[in-house]
Amino acid sequence: MSTFTAIVISGIALGAIYFLVASGLSLIYGLMDILNFAHGAFLTIGAYAGLELSLHLANGGGPIGFLAVLLVAAVAGAAVAAAAEVLLIRPLYERPVSQILITIGLDLVVVGLLLGVFGSDSRQIVVPIWLTRATHVGSLSIPNGDFAGLAAGAVVYAGLGLFLKYTRFGLVIRAGAENREMVQALGIDVSKAFTFVFGLGGAAAGVAGLLYAVVFSGSLVGPTQGDQLLIFAFIVVVIGGLGSIRGSAIAGIVVGLVQVVSQYYLGSKSGWAEAGDISVVILLALVLSLRPGGLAGAKQR
Amino acid sequence: MSSPARSRSDTRPALTEVVAYRLSARSGAAGSAPRSKLGRGAVPGVLVLLALLPFAGIRIPGVLPSAVPVLNSIGMLEVLALCFVFGSVALGYDVLFGYTGLLSFAQVLYFAIGVYVTDIAVTVWHWPFLAAVGLALASAFAVAMLLGAIALRVRGIAFTMVTLAFAQAGYYLINDNPHNLTSGQTGLVMATSRLPAILVGVDHTRELYWLALAYLAFAYLVVWVATESVTGRVWQAIRENEQRVSVIGLHPAPFKLAAFVLGSMVAAGGGVVYLLVIGTAAPDAVASATLSVSLIAMVVLGGLGTRWGAVLGAFVYVYLQQYLVKLAQEPSFAQLPVVARDALSQPQFLLGLIFILFVLFLPGGLAGLGVRMAIRRHRRSEANAA
Repeated sequence: MSTFTAIVISGIALGAIYFLVASGLSLIYGLMDILNFAHGAFLTIGAYAGLELSLHLANGGGPIGFLAVLLVAAVAGAAVAAAAEVLLIRPLYERPVSQILITIGLDLVVVGLLLGVFGSDSRQIVVPIWLTRATHVGSLSIPNGDFAGLAAGAVVYAGLGLFLKYTRFGLVIRAGAENREMVQALGIDVSKAFTFVFGLGGAAAGVAGLLYAVVFSGSLVGPTQGDQLLIFAFIVVVIGGLGSIRGSAIAGIVVGLVQVVSQYYLGSKSGWAEAGDISVVILLALVLSLRPGGLAGAKQR
Repeated sequence: MSSPARSRSDTRPALTEVVAYRLSARSGAAGSAPRSKLGRGAVPGVLVLLALLPFAGIRIPGVLPSAVPVLNSIGMLEVLALCFVFGSVALGYDVLFGYTGLLSFAQVLYFAIGVYVTDIAVTVWHWPFLAAVGLALASAFAVAMLLGAIALRVRGIAFTMVTLAFAQAGYYLINDNPHNLTSGQTGLVMATSRLPAILVGVDHTRELYWLALAYLAFAYLVVWVATESVTGRVWQAIRENEQRVSVIGLHPAPFKLAAFVLGSMVAAGGGVVYLLVIGTAAPDAVASATLSVSLIAMVVLGGLGTRWGAVLGAFVYVYLQQYLVKLAQEPSFAQLPVVARDALSQPQFLLGLIFILFVLFLPGGLAGLGVRMAIRRHRRSEANAA
């Protein structure tokens, strides 16, 4: 039973990281109708930037050092994402399909560049010892990384909720997601909100990239890690309902749980090594058959 | 809900441009319709030239991706055969994305079914080759009907994400090596004992080249007939405005499914030819999301919704990919500055950059460029006549 509890916690932690990626995707989609394929690239860039800093810190710099590493990952993700919005997305505001295509191109370029500069081998992030250990609660043994993932997910969820609800900018974003033309007609410059949302999504993605590496892949980062994670984030966004933050949070946890639990119980059998990943796709097919609009089910186009 | 009925035609040459071009071509006012310059015989002509290429022992240094810089060398014929295979798959994909406006990532799934089912049936189960091909095509059809029906329940971007998920599931399944069928990441080399001798071995590269060319011609014919048919018109109408199609009283769903299945079948057939040309099936080469992205890049480079554009785009893409790999091995390459060397050593980087530049500045692709040039030439000749 205690094993099961530990697996469930691990699943929720994975779900929290999926939520970090999916929240940005969902915000961008809600406001701009763009499916952002470059989100995986933002994620990888964040992780690589955090990695570079961590290499300069002795023993990962302790808790403060790790927070700094996370911050650098967030800033790098945000900077690249905002720059991408201004330089590549903005010239294409009138061409929605081209916006999607250009994010695909950007992803190709970034991954190609990382492959060329750093090679295809994964690199090791230096993290504080504490993060690699586990905490014992009764008979349970829970990796501390899981707590970091959960905390990051909770902070971003609460922060986003407060920001969208109580700030003027958040109001513009919510209104823009509802009816962009009307907001523009009221004389509000939506393009600032576009850049901001990209930056915000990029920041969350950068943090997610770093945390995923630390918690779920032995602190290793490779150039294609972002794209692998992105596919699951897409699934989370679809299951949660496009454009819905709360839907993304719930779907993130459901997907994380399904993946980790099915992987633990089925993945050890021969020929089932990727049982977790395949279960998630089956879950997606089921949700779509029953509720094509996703769990939140508001926006369907 | 903001403008659900938005036009999705923005990556093609502006509609007015095409209409003006077509009208001017038909009226023939200045006596030199642009169409006549390209010629109606262009496609058969190119086919005949390509069919004769294996006899052309012409030496062209510098631009060929093969080790020996001769036009009919074995390496060169292999690269061209690969161009034909992906040309046909891109053509099938153009039906989906270019003509019907469905941005799908599932095309590789059917390509992979063509490759893997044939390979498994021949190599693991020792089936005769033609039976294996029949099984591959039948499975591609069944899977396309099933997954198409599920994925088409959602529209637009959700559809794209769902197809991506399904294609990924196929990729994971192949990596899983269920019942030791696929050999996972190692890849499954095809047993050649059951194949017709004429399609086996380096000695028969020329025959394989012709086979790939013949398949491309066949795919071109099928896609041509389909897109020029009434169904093809409905596809384009769905791309422009799906709501209007339903208002007229046509149910878009079966038409979209038809485009999905047709594209899938063309891809599956291309998979079979690919397997014969390459001789081995590997998940990263035939089933990965990277290949999906490449397919999208091919049709966008060539020009969405144009048949020869899709083929040309695939040609340019595959050719560049092979050529850049060769370029990175040249001795002069080592003298470049480190930054340039790092970036250029990855074909993905350069191809991605070209792709971005096309989307930004040449949304009609190479075909759109052709149309633009034809219009300009036509205007000039009109001005001269006046």
